[in-house]
Amino acid sequence: MELHDVWFVLIAVLWTGYFFLEGFDFGVGVLTKLLARDRREKRVLINTIGPVWDGNEVWLLSAGGATFAAFPDWYATLFSGFYLPLLLILVCLIVRGVAFEYRAKRSDDRWQTNWEHAIFWCSLLPAFLWGVAFGNIVHGVAIDADKEYIGGVLDLLNPYALLGGVVTLTLFTFHGTVFVGLKTVGEIRERARKLALRLGAVTAVAALGFLLWTQVDHGRTAGAVLLAVAVLALLAALGAVAKGREGWAFALSGLTIVASVAMLFVSLFPDVMPSTLDPAWSLTAANSASSPYTLKIMTWCAGIATPVVLLYQGWTYWVFRKRIGTHHIAEAH
Amino acid sequence: MDLALAPETLSRWQFGITTVYHFLFVPLTISLAGLTAGLQTAWVRTGKEKYLKATKFWGKLFLINIALGVVTGIVQEFQFGMNWSDYSRFVGDVFGAPLAFEALIAFFFESTFIGLWIFGWDKLPPKIHLACIWMVSIGTILSAYFILAANSWMQHPVGYRIDEVTGRAELTDFWLVLTQNTALAQFFHTMAAAVLTGGAFMAGIAAYHLMRKKHIDSMRLSLRLGLVTLAVGGLLTAVSGDTLGKIMYQQQPMKMSAAEALWEGEEPAPFSLFAVGDVDKGHNVVTVEVPGLLSFLAHNNFTDRVPGINELNAQYQEKYGPGDYRPNIPVAYWGFRWMIGFGMTSFGIGLLGLWLTRRKFLLPHRLRTGEDEVPNLVLTRTKLLSPRLSRLYWRLTLWTLAFPLIASSWGWIFTETGRQPWAVYGVLRTADSVSPGVSQGEVLTSMIVFTLLYAVLAVIEVRLLVKYVKAGPPELTEADLNPPKKIGGDPSDADRPMAFSY
Repeated sequence: MELHDVWFVLIAVLWTGYFFLEGFDFGVGVLTKLLARDRREKRVLINTIGPVWDGNEVWLLSAGGATFAAFPDWYATLFSGFYLPLLLILVCLIVRGVAFEYRAKRSDDRWQTNWEHAIFWCSLLPAFLWGVAFGNIVHGVAIDADKEYIGGVLDLLNPYALLGGVVTLTLFTFHGTVFVGLKTVGEIRERARKLALRLGAVTAVAALGFLLWTQVDHGRTAGAVLLAVAVLALLAALGAVAKGREGWAFALSGLTIVASVAMLFVSLFPDVMPSTLDPAWSLTAANSASSPYTLKIMTWCAGIATPVVLLYQGWTYWVFRKRIGTHHIAEAH
Repeated sequence: MDLALAPETLSRWQFGITTVYHFLFVPLTISLAGLTAGLQTAWVRTGKEKYLKATKFWGKLFLINIALGVVTGIVQEFQFGMNWSDYSRFVGDVFGAPLAFEALIAFFFESTFIGLWIFGWDKLPPKIHLACIWMVSIGTILSAYFILAANSWMQHPVGYRIDEVTGRAELTDFWLVLTQNTALAQFFHTMAAAVLTGGAFMAGIAAYHLMRKKHIDSMRLSLRLGLVTLAVGGLLTAVSGDTLGKIMYQQQPMKMSAAEALWEGEEPAPFSLFAVGDVDKGHNVVTVEVPGLLSFLAHNNFTDRVPGINELNAQYQEKYGPGDYRPNIPVAYWGFRWMIGFGMTSFGIGLLGLWLTRRKFLLPHRLRTGEDEVPNLVLTRTKLLSPRLSRLYWRLTLWTLAFPLIASSWGWIFTETGRQPWAVYGVLRTADSVSPGVSQGEVLTSMIVFTLLYAVLAVIEVRLLVKYVKAGPPELTEADLNPPKKIGGDPSDADRPMAFSY
């Protein structure tokens, strides 16, 4: 296994970490309108991810930065090619972060309502758009001999990619609902359980469709295995929700995300961005990678930093392990 | 295509707008993290309530500020790929590594521990909670170091070679990229300026409250801490600026001659205080100069020759082929002066404040003030400033909080535009760096979107800051004074409302 293949795996790991973690906090953002009945409940939801959403988002920055360092051509083609969708994602992430921090800083109703709208929409849109982006990456886009994307923004909105968007949106929302079941206490916890059952069913249909479509297109054995893992994990998560086993449910909805992302990357390999115009123009792990020297340094860095990050981020979850309910939310501060 | 709306021009404007905006939050974040950590350390060590009040007050302003710093930083990570894809392809092998290090090491640190700090007041024992804000502070400093090493490589590329097959830059010595003198000097200068910024911010807001005779206990100590920070930061900024300037004279003589609008070389070269007329016309109409000073700034003596813009341009044409190698001279000239002017004015006001509010042993008995009194502003051995002048000084100190921000914005505008026409000095031109596949309409869209969004957020942020500044330090609660003993919070407090919630 050459270093650029190692790095293909590491980039996949970073994206998986991102979708696993920010997946549920996007989901929680969406739930502020689906699950919460009043402002106090909204605040319970937001505060389940309060201490961790920012750390979760860094997985995206690391995936971006590491792609820049390890696969400059991939980074350049992807982000210049998907310019407008990425702009929309960035705007959402900016507004969403500010919304979390500033919402409670004034007591007037309009101020808080506006930020609550922002939290909902700016969680929903990226959750959808990341699926669209990955659908396009895996499916392939119009890349020319100079490694430039030459299609338009509307070409990115094809059925396969849009279905990918539906999958990430529903899966993240399901994951978020399960997370809320695990982190809250009181009436909202019970409602989260019921909503998770319904959401899980929708997610299962969408995910099965999308992953099967992917499997038909690429036909890898490992892909088939991961497909099976993803779908079975999702069904098992639903079973765990039904039985009230919240910890298991969360681990299994997480496993669904891990297996789905892994399946996409397995289907992609050894390409990183296939060209639909001519396979010879596809970006591959080999032809878009940095030099072995850079990859070696990066391997050291990621190899040491990532486990340490997991350790202290894991510790954060342990510190804030207690469930919260409406009685934990102070009137004002 | 109309040059004013060419994708290159628009991308440059967008990068300039988003980066200068981002950097309004960066130095404040770096210094307020450290200052808040210092104040909290004093609280944990002494148990004096004024320190906890100050920690809570400055911590809140710090959080309002870092929120925007973090989210605008996301754009920075991605816009190289979005708008500068040819640059990214060419330099990714070298430039990407420090960026990835920054994310993997510094950002994770900052963002994880800031969450622990914000929500941890009733979840962590005092010492562990304190360690979290120090971790944040270390994270901000590491972040600055990696990104400045990356920028320094653009100013002075080292530790790389151009691959003959791929035609791109490839890293050969990462350690050199991280430790070259440009990186160290830029880091030193930027950190010093950050200290200056935080000092001015703290002193300014403390002065505001003291002028109104409010929150005296915590603001008195904040004023002193702010003024000392301001003075130390100012001194270090001057020293590091001189070091960086001398390095720039060796590495980018064009930038420094542009900073002086020095069209023809001179020996010894004077330092221009200001020039009247159009500095962009190839000559200056009227200039006020200090003889020999420029030679000193460049070479540490008052006699050496400093080359002029015209001869450097001719040299570069010989070396790199036909073209115009002059940056925008008025921007460089005036940017350099605004940087130094605003930065050093705030330094001066800080020194003045330290003198006016000097410690007891330098004052006669009757002018000394207690912990709960607004300090007297004492001009000479026995003479107080008149009430009118006192008010003026407090007000001036308040306004000074903006000066370092203006100075560092101009510093970046100067050093980045002064490197033009190069993106990577002597290696890659800015014109060859833009994304070929991104259309004019797309860049125009994103530029307008970012500009409008950032403007709205600026208004929101400043209003919030003003609100919380005016409110002053919060009253301490029972919970504040009885921090938990166990990680995760004491069991007896399980049903108590969270100390902080969104």
